Amino acid sequence: MSDMHQHSVAYVRETMLPEAPPPAREQGIIKWMRENLFANVPNSILTIASIVVIYYILAASLPWLLNGIWNAESIRDCREILQGAAGGCFAVLTERWNQLLFGFQYPDDQYWRPLIAFLLLFVAIAPVMFFKYIPSQFLLFTALYPFLAYWLIWGGLILAPIVALVGFVVGYFVWGRLVQRSFATGFFGAVAAAVIVWWIGGLITAGMDPEQAMLVPVASRDMGGFMLNLILGTVCVSLSIPIGIALALGRQSSMPIIKWICVVFIEFIRGVPLITLLFVANVVLAYFFPPGTNFDLIIRVIIMITAFASAYIAEVIRGGLAALPTGQYEAADSLGLDYAQAMRLIILPQALKISIPGIVNVAVGLFKDTTLVSVISMFDLVGMIRGPILASTEWNGVYWELFGFAALLFFVVCYGISQYSQWLERELTTDHK
Amino acid sequence: MADTAEMKVSDEVAIHIENMNKWYGSFHVLRDIDLTVYKGERIVIAGPSGSGKSTLIRCINALEEHQQGKIEVDGTLLSSDIKNIDKVRSEVGMVFQHFNLFPHLTILENCTLAPIWVRKTPKREAEQTAMHFLEKVKIPEQADKYPGQLSGGQQQRVAIARSLCMKPRIMLFDEPTSALDPEMIKEVLDTMVSLAEEGMTMLCVTHEMGFARQVANRVIFMDQGQIVEQNEPEEFFNNPKSERTKLFLSQILGH
Repeated sequence: MSDMHQHSVAYVRETMLPEAPPPAREQGIIKWMRENLFANVPNSILTIASIVVIYYILAASLPWLLNGIWNAESIRDCREILQGAAGGCFAVLTERWNQLLFGFQYPDDQYWRPLIAFLLLFVAIAPVMFFKYIPSQFLLFTALYPFLAYWLIWGGLILAPIVALVGFVVGYFVWGRLVQRSFATGFFGAVAAAVIVWWIGGLITAGMDPEQAMLVPVASRDMGGFMLNLILGTVCVSLSIPIGIALALGRQSSMPIIKWICVVFIEFIRGVPLITLLFVANVVLAYFFPPGTNFDLIIRVIIMITAFASAYIAEVIRGGLAALPTGQYEAADSLGLDYAQAMRLIILPQALKISIPGIVNVAVGLFKDTTLVSVISMFDLVGMIRGPILASTEWNGVYWELFGFAALLFFVVCYGISQYSQWLERELTTDHK
Repeated sequence: MADTAEMKVSDEVAIHIENMNKWYGSFHVLRDIDLTVYKGERIVIAGPSGSGKSTLIRCINALEEHQQGKIEVDGTLLSSDIKNIDKVRSEVGMVFQHFNLFPHLTILENCTLAPIWVRKTPKREAEQTAMHFLEKVKIPEQADKYPGQLSGGQQQRVAIARSLCMKPRIMLFDEPTSALDPEMIKEVLDTMVSLAEEGMTMLCVTHEMGFARQVANRVIFMDQGQIVEQNEPEEFFNNPKSERTKLFLSQILGH
């Protein structure tokens, strides 16, 4: 102890006190609990009530999950094994696994094809998603991927996707040549060139026998399961973002015709329920084509969902464009950048960054909305569950397990998209780091 | 009105404005503007707010459209022809009140963007030029930062460097110091003074009368969309002719 000189004002400490640990209630988990769970009386009551609620939820669901049956032939088997005890009949998932993922008509010996397409999807979108870290040369694979994936999933003549690709490449070169003259010549010239290539290519492929193809052709009506949701979701999201950008810019255009086309399109599509558009795609659209034309149902559905999503994305991006100060447009103009350069280099990078939460919102919603195709008798994941699986005598009545599984699959994808978008927003922050 | 011919620094005309009128809706913002700027001139445009001075210089690079009369910049007539407009804009640099840097690009990218895309300068060369001008405005060490990480004065100097990277023949300044804290005004004005000393043709809308006295070879006073008086700075400040000018000067120099 230091020697205290009781009656003098001057004071000198002669021994230093050793460092002591804080009292038990001021450290570690006890401190945390006291501050966060039991800070005051209402807080403590809420904590205890929450614990009770969590207990009841777990008490009801855990036995059902842990006690679940994974191997059984039918719901009756499950019940026999369980003997009245709580437990899920997850055997339906194992027994109908392929149907849930691929639908019930995709040839079983060809499942590897959509699987490879699925794995390559990650390779293809990585350069877009992580554009800062992956060299832009890899975008070439991204550009080729749609044709490769089409060939893998639908099979048939490899010439068909090649002709489609050549059409795009020729169109691109024509565009590059003509765009210096004017935007319109470039655009229509490119479209015309591509159509000519496709028409000639169509004549050539029509003369060939599809049965001779390297990959067995699979018809669109045989697509199903979660694969169908993924196809629709991926295609529609990746198409609707560029179309949405074009619509948003068109709506701001100073050219009245372009502006009004965009306004009418956006307002009409937004004013109509998606399910109506899908019925139109399924039934009504056929009346508009000459008799005998077989316009693929999946393409019709893709057109409708894309139109729907791009109208929403256009509005989200319009919000982003409106949020930019006019000074950015003026600075771009004053440096002599032309319209396309100003948009591409200055305006859109900023407007899109602002719009990320909104775009992701639409994309996630769109992906979940792909289950609506079950209403027009396409057998996507939900369509499979409601149709062939629940209607079968073996599994009639297994609701929780099947819909829980569907919910889980969608949740994983949507949560992943959401996490990615939050990461991207942080990545694009350029303020004080 | 003083005879502009006496004050010219060179015989070559940089900007020629004749009988120019502009309306916002039915509001007549600019009325019968006649102005000839010779190469190497440093002109300060002053006037009360709403007098049309910013609108005037924004017409010179066609950020605002004029409805009547003609504007010729460096021999190119400003019309609705978008090619002429882009040509004029690439020859005329502009510095804004609120800097208007591109927040998603680094300082260096801000400076190299237009040279690369408009002038088709190779990237390496554009970066060298950019560093040269960033050194000139005394912030080369900030090249890899983003605009949001810089102070207002630094941002405005970057904005000046960004314009200079296009090697413009004419620089327009639209109240470049009005949005700055007092201690940052000087660093921006110093940059502008050194630019003037190198013989750049400059038009500045500013309330910095000290700058006008030091640098300008002509001061233009505008009110209600018209050029009310123009003169050499000494004459303009010591011996203003019009009542409106006297009132304005007494208000801004009075305290």
